[in-house]
Amino acid sequence: MHIQQLSSLDLGIAALLVIALAGLSLALRLGIERRLLIAGARTAVQLTLIGLVLKALFANVALVWVALMAFVMLAAAGREATARQRLRFAGFWGYGLGTLSMFISSFSVTVFALIAIISHHPWYEPQYAIPLLGMMLGNTMNGVALGLDRLTLSAREQRGAIEARLMLGHQAHEAVRTITRDAMRVGLVPIMNAMAAAGIISLPGMMTGQILAGAAPVEAVKYQILIMFMIAAGTGFATLAAVSLGSRRLFDERQRLRLDRLKDTGD
Amino acid sequence: MHSEATLSRLTLHALTVRHVGPVDLDIAPGECVCLSGPSGAGKSLLLRAVADLEPHTGSAVLDGQTCHDAKPYLWRRWVGLLPAESAWWCETVGEHFEHPREDWFQALGFAPAVSEWTIARLSTGERQRLGLLRLLCNGPRALLLDEPTASLDPTAVRQVEHLIGEYRREHACPILWVTHDPAQIERVADRTLLIEDGRVEPA
Repeated sequence: MHIQQLSSLDLGIAALLVIALAGLSLALRLGIERRLLIAGARTAVQLTLIGLVLKALFANVALVWVALMAFVMLAAAGREATARQRLRFAGFWGYGLGTLSMFISSFSVTVFALIAIISHHPWYEPQYAIPLLGMMLGNTMNGVALGLDRLTLSAREQRGAIEARLMLGHQAHEAVRTITRDAMRVGLVPIMNAMAAAGIISLPGMMTGQILAGAAPVEAVKYQILIMFMIAAGTGFATLAAVSLGSRRLFDERQRLRLDRLKDTGD
Repeated sequence: MHSEATLSRLTLHALTVRHVGPVDLDIAPGECVCLSGPSGAGKSLLLRAVADLEPHTGSAVLDGQTCHDAKPYLWRRWVGLLPAESAWWCETVGEHFEHPREDWFQALGFAPAVSEWTIARLSTGERQRLGLLRLLCNGPRALLLDEPTASLDPTAVRQVEHLIGEYRREHACPILWVTHDPAQIERVADRTLLIEDGRVEPA
Protein backbone atom coordinates (compact mmCIF):
# COMPACT_ATOMS: atom_id res chain seq x y z
CA MET A 1 0.00 0.00 0.00
CA HIS A 2 1.58 3.26 -1.11
CA ILE A 3 1.18 6.44 0.94
CA GLN A 4 2.17 9.76 -0.54
CA GLN A 5 4.70 11.08 2.00
CA LEU A 6 4.30 14.66 3.22
CA SER A 7 7.42 16.78 3.73
CA SER A 8 7.83 19.69 6.17
CA LEU A 9 7.65 21.94 3.12
CA ASP A 10 4.22 20.50 2.23
CA LEU A 11 2.96 21.30 5.74
CA GLY A 12 4.52 24.75 5.51
CA ILE A 13 2.54 25.42 2.33
CA ALA A 14 -0.66 24.31 4.11
CA ALA A 15 0.22 26.65 6.98
CA LEU A 16 0.40 29.51 4.48
CA LEU A 17 -3.37 29.14 4.01
CA VAL A 18 -3.94 29.74 7.73
CA ILE A 19 -1.48 32.65 7.68
CA ALA A 20 -3.36 34.10 4.69
CA LEU A 21 -6.61 33.83 6.66
CA ALA A 22 -4.95 35.61 9.60
CA GLY A 23 -3.80 38.35 7.21
CA LEU A 24 -7.35 38.75 5.95
CA SER A 25 -8.60 38.96 9.53
CA LEU A 26 -6.07 41.71 10.20
CA ALA A 27 -7.10 43.62 7.07
CA LEU A 28 -10.80 43.32 7.90
CA ARG A 29 -10.16 44.04 11.61
CA LEU A 30 -11.96 40.88 12.70
CA GLY A 31 -9.60 40.62 15.66
CA ILE A 32 -9.22 36.84 15.47
CA GLU A 33 -5.76 36.64 13.84
CA ARG A 34 -3.88 36.18 17.10
CA ARG A 35 -6.18 33.41 18.33
CA LEU A 36 -6.12 31.78 14.90
CA LEU A 37 -2.32 31.69 14.77
CA ILE A 38 -2.04 30.39 18.34
CA ALA A 39 -4.63 27.70 17.58
CA GLY A 40 -2.72 26.77 14.41
CA ALA A 41 0.56 26.56 16.32
CA ARG A 42 -1.10 24.44 19.04
CA THR A 43 -2.43 22.05 16.39
CA ALA A 44 1.05 21.56 14.95
CA VAL A 45 2.79 21.14 18.32
CA GLN A 46 0.12 18.94 19.97
CA LEU A 47 -0.26 16.63 16.98
CA THR A 48 3.51 16.30 16.55
CA LEU A 49 3.85 15.39 20.22
CA ILE A 50 1.01 12.87 20.07
CA GLY A 51 2.62 11.41 16.94
CA LEU A 52 5.82 10.82 18.90
CA VAL A 53 3.88 9.37 21.86
CA LEU A 54 1.97 7.00 19.57
CA LYS A 55 5.18 5.95 17.89
CA ALA A 56 6.62 5.02 21.29
CA LEU A 57 3.37 3.28 22.32
CA PHE A 58 3.25 1.23 19.11
CA ALA A 59 6.85 0.14 19.66
CA ASN A 60 6.18 -0.98 23.26
CA VAL A 61 2.76 -2.62 23.40
CA ALA A 62 1.87 -2.83 27.11
CA LEU A 63 -1.50 -2.46 28.81
CA VAL A 64 -0.09 -0.13 31.46
CA TRP A 65 1.12 2.43 28.89
CA VAL A 66 -2.13 2.26 26.92
CA ALA A 67 -4.10 2.73 30.15
CA LEU A 68 -1.93 5.66 31.19
CA MET A 69 -2.43 7.30 27.81
CA ALA A 70 -6.19 6.67 28.04
CA PHE A 71 -6.42 8.35 31.46
CA VAL A 72 -4.41 11.36 30.30
CA MET A 73 -6.85 11.71 27.38
CA LEU A 74 -9.81 11.34 29.77
CA ALA A 75 -8.42 14.01 32.10
CA ALA A 76 -7.99 16.44 29.19
CA ALA A 77 -11.48 15.68 27.85
CA GLY A 78 -12.95 16.22 31.33
CA ARG A 79 -11.23 19.57 31.63
CA GLU A 80 -12.44 20.65 28.19
CA ALA A 81 -16.04 19.51 28.86
CA THR A 82 -16.02 21.53 32.10
CA ALA A 83 -14.55 24.63 30.46
CA ARG A 84 -17.30 24.64 27.82
CA GLN A 85 -20.10 25.04 30.37
CA ARG A 86 -21.08 28.58 31.20
CA LEU A 87 -22.91 27.63 34.39
CA ARG A 88 -21.15 24.70 35.95
CA PHE A 89 -21.35 22.86 39.24
CA ALA A 90 -19.01 24.36 41.83
CA GLY A 91 -16.12 22.41 43.31
CA PHE A 92 -15.33 18.79 42.54
CA TRP A 93 -18.65 18.16 40.81
CA GLY A 94 -17.92 20.65 38.04
CA TYR A 95 -15.11 18.43 36.81
CA GLY A 96 -16.21 15.12 38.29
CA LEU A 97 -19.69 14.86 36.77
CA GLY A 98 -18.66 15.04 33.11
CA THR A 99 -15.42 13.12 33.58
CA LEU A 100 -17.09 10.28 35.46
CA SER A 101 -19.83 10.01 32.83
CA MET A 102 -17.29 9.98 30.00
CA PHE A 103 -15.19 7.41 31.82
CA ILE A 104 -18.09 5.02 32.35
CA SER A 105 -19.42 5.40 28.84
CA SER A 106 -16.38 5.87 26.56
CA PHE A 107 -14.23 3.28 28.26
CA SER A 108 -16.89 0.59 28.39
CA VAL A 109 -18.02 1.11 24.78
CA THR A 110 -14.41 1.20 23.50
CA VAL A 111 -13.37 -1.91 25.43
CA PHE A 112 -16.54 -3.66 24.24
CA ALA A 113 -15.76 -2.78 20.60
CA LEU A 114 -12.10 -3.83 20.95
CA ILE A 115 -12.92 -7.20 22.49
CA ALA A 116 -16.23 -8.17 20.89
CA ILE A 117 -15.98 -6.59 17.43
CA ILE A 118 -12.39 -5.88 16.40
CA SER A 119 -11.09 -8.96 18.30
CA HIS A 120 -7.41 -8.21 17.72
CA HIS A 121 -4.76 -9.79 19.97
CA PRO A 122 -3.92 -8.26 22.32
CA TRP A 123 -7.22 -6.41 22.62
CA TYR A 124 -5.50 -3.24 23.87
CA GLU A 125 -3.30 -2.97 20.75
CA PRO A 126 -2.63 0.81 20.76
CA GLN A 127 -3.06 1.10 16.97
CA TYR A 128 -6.77 0.36 17.52
CA ALA A 129 -7.38 1.32 21.14
CA ILE A 130 -6.01 4.86 21.16
CA PRO A 131 -7.63 6.22 17.96
CA LEU A 132 -10.99 4.63 18.83
CA LEU A 133 -10.92 6.00 22.37
CA GLY A 134 -9.81 9.39 21.06
CA MET A 135 -12.77 9.62 18.71
CA MET A 136 -15.11 8.42 21.43
CA LEU A 137 -13.87 10.97 23.96
CA GLY A 138 -13.90 13.82 21.44
CA ASN A 139 -17.56 13.24 20.67
CA THR A 140 -18.82 12.28 24.14
CA MET A 141 -17.12 15.42 25.45
CA ASN A 142 -19.32 17.49 23.12
CA GLY A 143 -22.49 15.70 24.15
CA VAL A 144 -21.74 15.94 27.86
CA ALA A 145 -20.78 19.62 27.69
CA LEU A 146 -23.88 20.55 25.66
CA GLY A 147 -26.20 18.48 27.84
CA LEU A 148 -24.89 19.81 31.17
CA ASP A 149 -24.80 23.37 29.86
CA ARG A 150 -28.45 23.18 28.84
CA LEU A 151 -29.41 21.52 32.13
CA THR A 152 -27.89 24.15 34.40
CA LEU A 153 -28.94 27.17 32.31
CA SER A 154 -32.52 25.88 32.05
CA ALA A 155 -32.65 25.16 35.79
CA ARG A 156 -31.68 28.77 36.51
CA GLU A 157 -34.07 30.20 33.93
CA GLN A 158 -36.98 28.04 35.02
CA ARG A 159 -36.41 28.19 38.75
CA GLY A 160 -39.90 29.58 39.35
CA ALA A 161 -41.60 26.76 37.47
CA ILE A 162 -39.45 24.08 39.12
CA GLU A 163 -40.20 25.41 42.60
CA ALA A 164 -43.88 25.87 41.75
CA ARG A 165 -44.01 22.17 40.93
CA LEU A 166 -42.16 21.27 44.13
CA MET A 167 -44.71 23.35 46.03
CA LEU A 168 -47.57 21.37 44.54
CA GLY A 169 -46.02 18.18 45.89
CA HIS A 170 -44.09 17.02 42.83
CA GLN A 171 -40.90 15.12 43.51
CA ALA A 172 -37.61 16.68 42.39
CA HIS A 173 -37.20 14.39 39.38
CA GLU A 174 -40.74 15.21 38.21
CA ALA A 175 -40.14 18.93 38.68
CA VAL A 176 -37.12 18.87 36.32
CA ARG A 177 -38.34 16.20 33.93
CA THR A 178 -38.94 18.54 30.98
CA ILE A 179 -35.54 20.16 31.52
CA THR A 180 -33.62 16.89 31.75
CA ARG A 181 -35.33 15.54 28.63
CA ASP A 182 -34.45 18.67 26.75
CA ALA A 183 -30.82 18.59 27.97
CA MET A 184 -30.43 14.94 26.91
CA ARG A 185 -31.87 15.72 23.49
CA VAL A 186 -29.53 18.69 23.02
CA GLY A 187 -26.51 16.55 23.92
CA LEU A 188 -27.46 13.95 21.32
CA VAL A 189 -28.30 16.30 18.44
CA PRO A 190 -24.74 16.65 17.01
CA ILE A 191 -24.13 12.91 16.68
CA MET A 192 -27.61 12.28 15.27
CA ASN A 193 -27.02 15.03 12.71
CA ALA A 194 -23.61 13.57 11.88
CA MET A 195 -25.13 10.11 11.35
CA ALA A 196 -27.90 11.50 9.16
CA ALA A 197 -25.47 13.51 7.02
CA ALA A 198 -22.73 10.85 6.80
CA GLY A 199 -21.87 9.96 3.24
CA ILE A 200 -24.39 12.34 1.68
CA ILE A 201 -23.35 15.77 2.88
CA SER A 202 -20.07 14.96 4.61
CA LEU A 203 -17.42 12.29 4.30
CA PRO A 204 -16.47 11.58 7.90
CA GLY A 205 -12.88 12.29 8.91
CA MET A 206 -11.79 8.83 9.87
CA MET A 207 -13.00 7.27 6.62
CA THR A 208 -11.41 10.06 4.60
CA GLY A 209 -8.16 9.55 6.48
CA GLN A 210 -8.10 5.82 5.83
CA ILE A 211 -8.85 6.32 2.12
CA LEU A 212 -6.10 8.94 1.89
CA ALA A 213 -3.78 6.45 3.56
CA GLY A 214 -4.56 3.93 0.83
CA ALA A 215 -7.18 1.71 2.46
CA ALA A 216 -9.89 0.16 0.29
CA PRO A 217 -13.00 2.40 0.42
CA VAL A 218 -15.33 -0.43 1.42
CA GLU A 219 -13.08 -1.35 4.38
CA ALA A 220 -12.84 2.32 5.35
CA VAL A 221 -16.64 2.58 5.21
CA LYS A 222 -17.03 -0.43 7.50
CA TYR A 223 -14.76 1.15 10.09
CA GLN A 224 -16.62 4.41 9.77
CA ILE A 225 -19.97 2.72 10.39
CA LEU A 226 -18.47 0.96 13.41
CA ILE A 227 -17.13 4.19 14.84
CA MET A 228 -20.38 6.08 14.14
CA PHE A 229 -22.38 3.48 16.07
CA MET A 230 -19.83 3.48 18.89
CA ILE A 231 -19.87 7.26 19.09
CA ALA A 232 -23.68 7.40 19.06
CA ALA A 233 -23.92 4.85 21.86
CA GLY A 234 -21.03 6.35 23.83
CA THR A 235 -22.28 9.92 23.52
CA GLY A 236 -25.80 8.83 24.36
CA PHE A 237 -24.85 6.88 27.47
CA ALA A 238 -22.44 9.59 28.67
CA THR A 239 -24.97 12.39 28.14
CA LEU A 240 -27.74 10.45 29.86
CA ALA A 241 -25.42 9.69 32.78
CA ALA A 242 -24.13 13.27 33.09
CA VAL A 243 -27.57 14.91 32.83
CA SER A 244 -29.10 12.38 35.18
CA LEU A 245 -26.34 12.83 37.81
CA GLY A 246 -26.42 16.59 37.27
CA SER A 247 -30.16 16.82 37.79
CA ARG A 248 -29.76 14.99 41.10
CA ARG A 249 -26.99 17.34 42.13
CA LEU A 250 -29.33 20.30 41.51
CA PHE A 251 -31.30 19.22 44.60
CA ASP A 252 -30.28 18.47 48.16
CA GLU A 253 -31.52 15.67 50.40
CA ARG A 254 -34.71 17.67 51.15
CA GLN A 255 -35.35 18.06 47.43
CA ARG A 256 -34.66 21.79 47.52
CA LEU A 257 -33.45 23.34 44.28
CA ARG A 258 -29.87 24.41 45.08
CA LEU A 259 -28.78 26.91 42.45
CA ASP A 260 -26.09 28.03 44.90
CA ARG A 261 -24.26 24.85 43.87
CA LEU A 262 -23.70 26.37 40.42
CA LYS A 263 -20.96 28.78 39.47
CA ASP A 264 -21.38 31.27 36.63
CA THR A 265 -18.17 31.56 34.63
CA GLY A 266 -19.63 34.36 32.52
CA ASP A 267 -18.13 32.95 29.28
CA MET B 1 -62.56 16.44 52.12
CA HIS B 2 -59.69 17.19 54.50
CA SER B 3 -61.19 16.20 57.82
CA GLU B 4 -57.77 15.57 59.36
CA ALA B 5 -56.97 19.24 58.72
CA THR B 6 -59.58 20.47 61.18
CA LEU B 7 -56.97 20.69 63.91
CA SER B 8 -54.11 22.01 61.80
CA ARG B 9 -51.71 24.06 63.86
CA LEU B 10 -48.52 25.47 62.42
CA THR B 11 -45.66 26.04 64.85
CA LEU B 12 -42.17 27.40 64.22
CA HIS B 13 -39.44 26.61 66.77
CA ALA B 14 -36.41 28.92 66.52
CA LEU B 15 -36.63 28.80 62.75
CA THR B 16 -33.58 30.56 61.32
CA VAL B 17 -32.80 31.15 57.66
CA ARG B 18 -29.78 33.26 56.69
CA HIS B 19 -30.26 36.68 58.34
CA VAL B 20 -33.81 35.98 59.52
CA GLY B 21 -34.70 34.52 62.89
CA PRO B 22 -34.75 32.72 65.18
CA VAL B 23 -38.52 32.85 64.80
CA ASP B 24 -40.88 31.26 67.33
CA LEU B 25 -44.48 31.34 66.22
CA ASP B 26 -47.64 29.38 66.87
CA ILE B 27 -50.55 29.72 64.46
CA ALA B 28 -53.76 28.15 65.75
CA PRO B 29 -56.16 26.22 63.49
CA GLY B 30 -58.03 28.71 61.33
CA GLU B 31 -55.94 31.66 62.53
CA CYS B 32 -54.67 34.23 60.03
CA VAL B 33 -51.37 35.89 60.93
CA CYS B 34 -50.30 38.80 58.73
CA LEU B 35 -46.64 39.56 58.30
CA SER B 36 -45.41 42.93 57.10
CA GLY B 37 -42.15 44.79 56.97
CA PRO B 38 -39.84 46.69 54.62
CA SER B 39 -38.58 45.19 51.33
CA GLY B 40 -35.62 42.90 51.82
CA ALA B 41 -36.48 42.27 55.47
CA GLY B 42 -36.84 38.55 54.77
CA LYS B 43 -40.61 38.00 54.59
CA SER B 44 -40.50 35.83 51.47
CA LEU B 45 -37.38 34.07 52.73
CA LEU B 46 -39.19 33.11 55.94
CA LEU B 47 -42.15 31.67 53.98
CA ARG B 48 -39.75 29.74 51.73
CA ALA B 49 -38.00 28.32 54.80
CA VAL B 50 -41.30 27.19 56.32
CA ALA B 51 -42.08 25.52 52.98
CA ASP B 52 -38.62 23.89 53.19
CA LEU B 53 -37.40 25.46 49.96
CA GLU B 54 -34.47 27.10 51.78
CA PRO B 55 -31.92 25.38 54.04
CA HIS B 56 -32.63 26.48 57.61
CA THR B 57 -32.15 25.56 61.25
CA GLY B 58 -34.87 25.15 63.85
CA SER B 59 -38.08 23.48 62.85
CA ALA B 60 -41.60 23.88 61.55
CA VAL B 61 -44.33 21.59 62.83
CA LEU B 62 -47.78 20.98 61.38
CA ASP B 63 -50.24 18.83 63.34
CA GLY B 64 -47.39 17.42 65.41
CA GLN B 65 -45.49 16.38 62.28
CA THR B 66 -42.05 18.00 62.02
CA CYS B 67 -40.93 19.20 58.62
CA HIS B 68 -37.70 17.21 58.70
CA ASP B 69 -39.50 13.98 59.57
CA ALA B 70 -41.98 14.35 56.72
CA LYS B 71 -41.20 13.46 53.13
CA PRO B 72 -40.31 16.74 51.37
CA TYR B 73 -43.01 16.45 48.70
CA LEU B 74 -45.70 15.69 51.29
CA TRP B 75 -44.63 18.55 53.53
CA ARG B 76 -44.82 21.00 50.62
CA ARG B 77 -48.23 19.69 49.65
CA TRP B 78 -49.43 20.27 53.23
CA VAL B 79 -48.02 23.78 53.67
CA GLY B 80 -49.09 25.45 50.45
CA LEU B 81 -46.81 28.33 49.49
CA LEU B 82 -48.13 30.92 47.06
CA PRO B 83 -45.11 32.90 45.79
CA ALA B 84 -45.44 36.55 44.79
CA GLU B 85 -45.02 35.61 41.13
CA SER B 86 -46.74 32.52 39.81
CA ALA B 87 -44.87 30.25 37.39
CA TRP B 88 -46.32 27.93 34.77
CA TRP B 89 -44.80 25.08 32.76
CA CYS B 90 -47.51 23.61 30.51
CA GLU B 91 -49.13 25.32 27.56
CA THR B 92 -52.71 25.67 28.80
CA VAL B 93 -54.22 26.59 32.16
CA GLY B 94 -56.13 23.32 32.54
CA GLU B 95 -52.99 21.17 32.32
CA HIS B 96 -51.80 22.64 35.63
CA PHE B 97 -54.83 21.47 37.61
CA GLU B 98 -55.25 17.93 38.91
CA HIS B 99 -58.61 18.48 40.62
CA PRO B 100 -60.12 21.78 39.43
CA ARG B 101 -63.11 23.15 41.36
CA GLU B 102 -65.45 25.06 39.09
CA ASP B 103 -67.18 26.95 41.91
CA TRP B 104 -63.82 28.44 42.97
CA PHE B 105 -63.02 29.44 39.40
CA GLN B 106 -66.36 31.23 39.24
CA ALA B 107 -65.77 32.86 42.61
CA LEU B 108 -62.68 34.54 41.15
CA GLY B 109 -64.51 35.59 37.99
CA PHE B 110 -63.33 32.91 35.57
CA ALA B 111 -65.59 31.16 33.06
CA PRO B 112 -65.17 27.36 32.72
CA ALA B 113 -63.46 27.93 29.36
CA VAL B 114 -60.43 29.32 31.23
CA SER B 115 -58.93 25.84 31.36
CA GLU B 116 -58.50 25.99 27.58
CA TRP B 117 -56.66 29.32 27.71
CA THR B 118 -52.97 29.35 26.89
CA ILE B 119 -50.65 30.66 29.60
CA ALA B 120 -49.14 33.20 27.18
CA ARG B 121 -52.41 35.14 26.95
CA LEU B 122 -52.87 35.56 30.72
CA SER B 123 -52.43 38.97 32.32
CA THR B 124 -50.38 39.36 35.50
CA GLY B 125 -53.54 39.58 37.59
CA GLU B 126 -55.05 36.49 35.96
CA ARG B 127 -51.86 34.57 36.61
CA GLN B 128 -51.93 35.59 40.24
CA ARG B 129 -55.54 34.53 40.75
CA LEU B 130 -55.07 31.27 38.85
CA GLY B 131 -51.91 30.60 40.88
CA LEU B 132 -54.01 30.82 44.04
CA LEU B 133 -56.68 28.52 42.59
CA ARG B 134 -54.01 26.00 41.56
CA LEU B 135 -52.70 26.00 45.13
CA LEU B 136 -56.12 25.69 46.79
CA CYS B 137 -57.19 22.87 44.43
CA ASN B 138 -54.13 20.98 45.72
CA GLY B 139 -55.72 20.88 49.19
CA PRO B 140 -53.03 22.38 51.48
CA ARG B 141 -53.53 22.12 55.25
CA ALA B 142 -51.79 25.45 55.92
CA LEU B 143 -51.34 28.49 53.69
CA LEU B 144 -48.24 30.63 53.23
CA LEU B 145 -49.30 33.57 51.08
CA ASP B 146 -46.76 36.02 49.67
CA GLU B 147 -48.67 39.15 48.67
CA PRO B 148 -51.47 37.22 46.95
CA THR B 149 -53.31 40.38 45.86
CA ALA B 150 -50.37 42.61 44.86
CA SER B 151 -51.34 43.03 41.19
CA LEU B 152 -55.13 42.92 41.50
CA ASP B 153 -57.85 45.56 41.16
CA PRO B 154 -60.05 46.25 44.24
CA THR B 155 -62.86 43.93 43.08
CA ALA B 156 -60.48 41.04 42.48
CA VAL B 157 -58.79 41.73 45.85
CA ARG B 158 -62.14 41.29 47.61
CA GLN B 159 -62.92 38.12 45.64
CA VAL B 160 -59.53 36.63 46.57
CA GLU B 161 -59.85 37.60 50.24
CA HIS B 162 -63.33 36.09 50.31
CA LEU B 163 -62.21 32.80 48.74
CA ILE B 164 -59.22 32.49 51.09
CA GLY B 165 -61.53 33.23 54.02
CA GLU B 166 -63.92 30.52 52.88
CA TYR B 167 -61.10 27.98 52.50
CA ARG B 168 -59.79 28.90 55.93
CA ARG B 169 -63.21 28.35 57.55
CA GLU B 170 -63.89 25.13 55.66
CA HIS B 171 -60.51 23.59 56.52
CA ALA B 172 -59.64 25.39 59.78
CA CYS B 173 -56.44 26.19 58.02
CA PRO B 174 -53.67 28.29 59.66
CA ILE B 175 -52.48 31.13 57.41
CA LEU B 176 -49.27 33.16 57.32
CA TRP B 177 -50.01 36.08 54.98
CA VAL B 178 -47.43 38.62 53.79
CA THR B 179 -48.97 41.98 52.91
CA HIS B 180 -48.05 45.66 52.89
CA ASP B 181 -51.62 46.90 52.84
CA PRO B 182 -52.85 48.16 56.27
CA ALA B 183 -56.49 48.05 55.11
CA GLN B 184 -56.08 44.42 54.08
CA ILE B 185 -54.47 43.59 57.41
CA GLU B 186 -57.50 45.19 59.07
CA ARG B 187 -59.84 42.98 57.02
CA VAL B 188 -58.14 39.59 57.25
CA ALA B 189 -55.70 39.43 60.16
CA ASP B 190 -56.32 37.88 63.58
CA ARG B 191 -52.81 38.94 64.55
CA THR B 192 -50.08 41.01 62.91
CA LEU B 193 -46.33 40.55 63.02
CA LEU B 194 -43.61 42.91 61.88
CA ILE B 195 -40.33 41.72 60.48
CA GLU B 196 -37.37 44.07 60.70
CA ASP B 197 -33.61 43.46 60.72
CA GLY B 198 -34.30 39.75 60.70
CA ARG B 199 -36.39 39.85 63.87
CA VAL B 200 -40.07 39.00 63.95
CA GLU B 201 -42.11 40.86 66.55
CA PRO B 202 -45.76 41.64 67.25
CA ALA B 203 -46.83 44.83 65.40
